Amino acid sequence: MDAVAAHRIHFAFTASYHYLFPQLTIGLGLLIVILKTVALRTGDAHYDDAARFWGRIFAITFAMGVATGIPLEFQFGTNWSRFSRAAGGVIGQTLALEGVYAFFLESSFLGLFLYGEARLGRRGHWLAAVLLFLGSWLSGYFIIATNAWMQYPVGHVRGASGQFELQSLAALLLNPWALPQYAHTMSAAVVTGCFVMASIGAYYLIVDEHAAYGRTFVRLGVVVGLAATWLQIFPTGDAQGRMVALHQPVTLAAMEGLFQSEEGAPLAILGQPDVPNRRLDNPLLVPRALSFLTYRRWTARVEGLDAFPEDAWPDNIALLYYCYHIMVGLGTIFVAITSLAAWQLWRGALFRSRPMLWVLMLSLPFPFIANTAGWATAELGRQPWVIYGLMRTAEGSSPLVSAGNALFTLLGFAGLYALLTILALFLVSREIVHGPGPDQAADPVG
Amino acid sequence: MTTMTTGDLWFCLLAFMGIMYVILDGFDLGAGAVHLLVARSDAERRLVLRSIGPVWDGNEVWLIAAGGTLFFAFPALYAASFSGFYLPLMIVLWLLMLRGIAIEFRNHLDSPAWTPAWDVVFSASSLLLALFYGVALGNVVRGVPLTGEGWFFEPLWTDLRVAPEPGIFDWYTVSVGLTALAALVLHGALWLHCKTEGALQARARHIADRAWWSTFGLTVLITIFTWIVQPQLSVNAAAHPWGFVFPLAAATGLFGVRRQLARGAETSSFLASCAYLAGMLASAAFSVHPFVLPTIGDASNALTVDSAAAPRAGLEIALVWWLPGIVLAVVYALYVYRRFRGKVRLEAGWVPSA
Repeated sequence: MDAVAAHRIHFAFTASYHYLFPQLTIGLGLLIVILKTVALRTGDAHYDDAARFWGRIFAITFAMGVATGIPLEFQFGTNWSRFSRAAGGVIGQTLALEGVYAFFLESSFLGLFLYGEARLGRRGHWLAAVLLFLGSWLSGYFIIATNAWMQYPVGHVRGASGQFELQSLAALLLNPWALPQYAHTMSAAVVTGCFVMASIGAYYLIVDEHAAYGRTFVRLGVVVGLAATWLQIFPTGDAQGRMVALHQPVTLAAMEGLFQSEEGAPLAILGQPDVPNRRLDNPLLVPRALSFLTYRRWTARVEGLDAFPEDAWPDNIALLYYCYHIMVGLGTIFVAITSLAAWQLWRGALFRSRPMLWVLMLSLPFPFIANTAGWATAELGRQPWVIYGLMRTAEGSSPLVSAGNALFTLLGFAGLYALLTILALFLVSREIVHGPGPDQAADPVG
Repeated sequence: MTTMTTGDLWFCLLAFMGIMYVILDGFDLGAGAVHLLVARSDAERRLVLRSIGPVWDGNEVWLIAAGGTLFFAFPALYAASFSGFYLPLMIVLWLLMLRGIAIEFRNHLDSPAWTPAWDVVFSASSLLLALFYGVALGNVVRGVPLTGEGWFFEPLWTDLRVAPEPGIFDWYTVSVGLTALAALVLHGALWLHCKTEGALQARARHIADRAWWSTFGLTVLITIFTWIVQPQLSVNAAAHPWGFVFPLAAATGLFGVRRQLARGAETSSFLASCAYLAGMLASAAFSVHPFVLPTIGDASNALTVDSAAAPRAGLEIALVWWLPGIVLAVVYALYVYRRFRGKVRLEAGWVPSA
């Protein structure tokens, strides 16, 4: 294995695994605030109990997110030292902003949220939940701003030594790429939170335990999930796709499996890219749809891969194509599930509809897959660049860290993460089996 | 330091963040290192964890925030040191992860087949982290074999000698590591002395007494070693005699711990330990400046404040958001520590499991 490949797998593995947890805390953070708000306004302890139950799952997830997030702050330097030295003056700022503005906030108020319900009173505890939610959403923004700069670099000048120098913090933070990407990523996290909540609620209804809570969870998950799944497609997904079309047209061609430029280009729903032969095998196409989605004209010309030199192509077209299609395919199915469930809820039939409850219960893993595939699309789509158009990924790795050393630590992370997965699933499933209820007031640590 | 550049200012701010990290996370690392020794029963171990439970994560954020600040203020230093210290840094990350998980997961399940295992993980990872941090500091003070391109890669160990091909572990860095361990054991025991009562507090005090002598002896030793290993120290001491204020602060702090502990003053002895740690770290920063990463071998390859700093425009932009952000962080911390002040106790209804 060459060293760059080892470093790429290292980063892909640790970052993908890490993001399984923040997407849930970002989504649950919002849902917990809703539960606490309802509790505060109605004075109904049922919603406090519900919030406390999700707070316990939030705590396990948050601990996993913190533990697996620490390596990411350091991995730019350890495995990507040439990239870090060149770009640290720019993206170091957004990462440090995250530490200073988001992590201090989150870590301070997580303790108060988890251990302080009795000390803070109802309003104080509600405020702790809001600040926790704010911290996690702020954290997300700084990470998106960092990634957006790598996708669409703005706000810098290049020094004599090739170093990137920050010119404008406002330009960096208000990067036009960042706004749709942030909206798309956050609503995707809300989809995860909603599906997890609805899934566990559906489980309680199916086994007929904690049924009152089950109904609350399903209702909240489906209603908020309905909004979030639609927002995923329009306007956030659409806006993000148009950004790619505008600034990374070769990426768009690879994502869509469009080898030849066409007027009135079709949208590939299914099919396997055969890159050496420049074609899509077994294609299922919607005529002219890609032209319309991209340019709002059925006959617009869309550039295929043939319009670009091969050294500008993403280096793993097949995987990029699949990740993108998995994301879009699952996103579409999510819309169908939440729309149907919301319609049944409206008619008062959802809690009696066994098939729909089963669908909701079994849907739990899929938003995690969709989110992971979405990030893989963004990152594979940026290739072969680490800073789009300016610095190639192969030029960014640490020159003296060998493939052997990178592989050693990759295996170390894999082993550690396998252990942590088992433990976290074990603890979360215990919480689920135990269930919510007024007897859950004991604090989890100490 | 006749004229202070923006780079020098960020050097000082980073040193401040490092000191905050060591003082704050230092006490929970130290408490972890002595966890198995100081707390005998499950109830006592719960108390140790409860004393750090609401604050340890916030303390650790100082490390993350310092990492981010290092990244944008001194990109060349961040890139060279993190890739050069690749293996020990990864081991530190694994230890940090295990430790965080141990603290957060231990009390989710009340079973003799669960909690003792996490107590061992928590204690061992805390102890090893304290040691590794000291070794890392020793490496930076001693210098690393930087190439002309600004890179190096250190194996974990070679022949345990300081030069010419050093490893992460050599006699000097290990002596700094042991000093860090002794100092944080002292610091953590003093924290527990503040936060607990009865037999647990008495044991914490006993450990603090023992650790004080180890810290004292090792501090004297590494001070002598550092004069030998890092020639820049004598250069700086001769050029800027005011710098003696830092070792003086450390010494005052260390003897202050002894005096306040003898009087039984809980808070003052802990604060004196904070002064000792701050003085020691400031002394280390003072001894290497203007280098940020000294070198073994060709001195012209060393990274200095000027050669490692990011361009000035970005550093000035960062001051505008960094200062208010850190003030906010300190305000949060003061609020949380106030909320959870006083001795820790178990809930009235809590009963030990069979």
